[in-house]
Amino acid sequence: MVSIHLYTRAALVSAFALVPALPIMAETEPETTDPIVINGGEIELPTAVPAPAHLDGVFDQIYSGWLFRDSETQAMQLDDFENPGMIFVDQGIDDWNAVEGEAGKSCASCHEEIESMKGVRAVMPKVNGNGELWSLEDYINDCRTNRMQAEALDWDGDRMKNLTAAISVQSRGMPMNVAIDGSAKPFWEKGKEMYYTRYGQLELACANCHEDHYGDWIRADHLSQGMTNGFPVYRLKQAALVSQHNRFRGCIRDTRAETFPMGSDEFRALELYVASRGNGLPVEGVSVRH
Amino acid sequence: MPRHATSAAMAAMMALAFAAPLAAETAPQDVAFTEYGSIEAPLIDSAGDPEEGAKIYADKTSGNCVACHVISDRPDAEFQGTIGPPLDGAGDRWEAAQLRGIVVDAKKTFPESMMPGFYKTSGYIRPGDAFTGKAGTEPLPPILTAQQVEDVVAYLATLKE
Ligand code: HEC
Ligand code: HEC
Repeated sequence: MVSIHLYTRAALVSAFALVPALPIMAETEPETTDPIVINGGEIELPTAVPAPAHLDGVFDQIYSGWLFRDSETQAMQLDDFENPGMIFVDQGIDDWNAVEGEAGKSCASCHEEIESMKGVRAVMPKVNGNGELWSLEDYINDCRTNRMQAEALDWDGDRMKNLTAAISVQSRGMPMNVAIDGSAKPFWEKGKEMYYTRYGQLELACANCHEDHYGDWIRADHLSQGMTNGFPVYRLKQAALVSQHNRFRGCIRDTRAETFPMGSDEFRALELYVASRGNGLPVEGVSVRH
Repeated sequence: MPRHATSAAMAAMMALAFAAPLAAETAPQDVAFTEYGSIEAPLIDSAGDPEEGAKIYADKTSGNCVACHVISDRPDAEFQGTIGPPLDGAGDRWEAAQLRGIVVDAKKTFPESMMPGFYKTSGYIRPGDAFTGKAGTEPLPPILTAQQVEDVVAYLATLKE
């Protein structure tokens, strides 16, 4: 018995040596890396850029999730009138200008035009003045509760997603550039540890799917590198905007694990680490995925 | 309680009492692996049914092996995955004991494998209650029953080239 087994293993090992591209190890590179050309050339977003230094030995290139979608889904992101997420950007801008709360203020009362938010999305999440890691949602709710004296918005509620979408679009095309050193370092380390932890009954880490097997198919899904530069994304399956933490929750739930709550410290740390893997990719939000 | 209900309940209890010794099975925590990850003894007395195994293989709510594997003569299984190796000829490459070990807990055969353990109930990080996202309590129900594992193993053994 044992000798047969060893023979089988030896045969497998030599097969590995001869055929380095066995599907087990597949990192199937995208066929093309054309840029996303929006509104007939008004905006061009690269879909492949060199990986950030901290991914040395992991990836040479990092890719937009757009490359892994089918052509119909891709096309919807090429024209702002076809992009179903853009309606929510408009609603977010309305909210930006709407006075609410005891202080009688809107976001615009302090920040003026929403264009003033240019650059913000590219560096989120980041450590605030008190040494806490905050996501864009936290900054929005801080303004609402402390400066507008209005109620905090639900992390995953429509109004919050509309605002993060409207703010993200202002940075469209700017490379993601989250800080990972200094005061951000411990959060980044924690997020990294989570990324490689094999959660749940299926014992799958983010890295199993998005690092080891991007380009492969997991049933009907074509795996991307799991980048967050496109968020919030308009997801056809949900017919709604989807926040980063909602996506993380879904991916962890799919491993038959107990997830973390949206807006938890764990998900902020994971958000930072995942964002840093995409440092260099342009802010795409609002992107379209299925 | 009406009499017929009582006797129905009795009959059900009797059936249970008799069913247990008939289908003696090895509990997940009692499974014995060899050094290389094989499991010599079937998990249950009753033989595996390859036809049933073929169904479980492609069924999204039980085996869902197709999520990661391709078998070329299974056009009925839509959307076959490319994560693991194609399973054509798996019955030539592996003995039943080895296949059983791979399905029960592939990491005993392939350390660090991405393939989940289908007859394993504890030792997880943040185990969930199936796909609810809520906490589960170990021991979790195994993904496949002992009978289903044997069915799948019987099916894999038929995959010859
Ligand atoms: C079992 C496989 C699997 C695991 C494990 C997994 N994901 Fe995913 N993830 C998917 C699939 C499938 C999609 C949808 C297709 C795609 O974009 O890759 C996806 C999409 C994503 C996206 C959206 C990408 C885009 O461009 O829209 C992000 C972000 C993401 N995952 C992050 C994570 C993180 C973080 C983890 C770990 C906490 C994780 N995933 C774990 C399968 C997985
Ligand atoms: C999440 C992915 C995944 C799922 C689901 C999965 N496998 Fe696998 N399987 C793999 C990988 C990856 C390997 C390669 C072994 C390694 O990790 O080196 C493998 C290897 C195997 C092998 C040995 C392959 C060979 O031909 O040498 C068999 C047999 C097998 N799997 C059967 C199954 C069966 C049956 C199921 C469902 C009950 C299943 N797998 C579900 C990922 C998966």
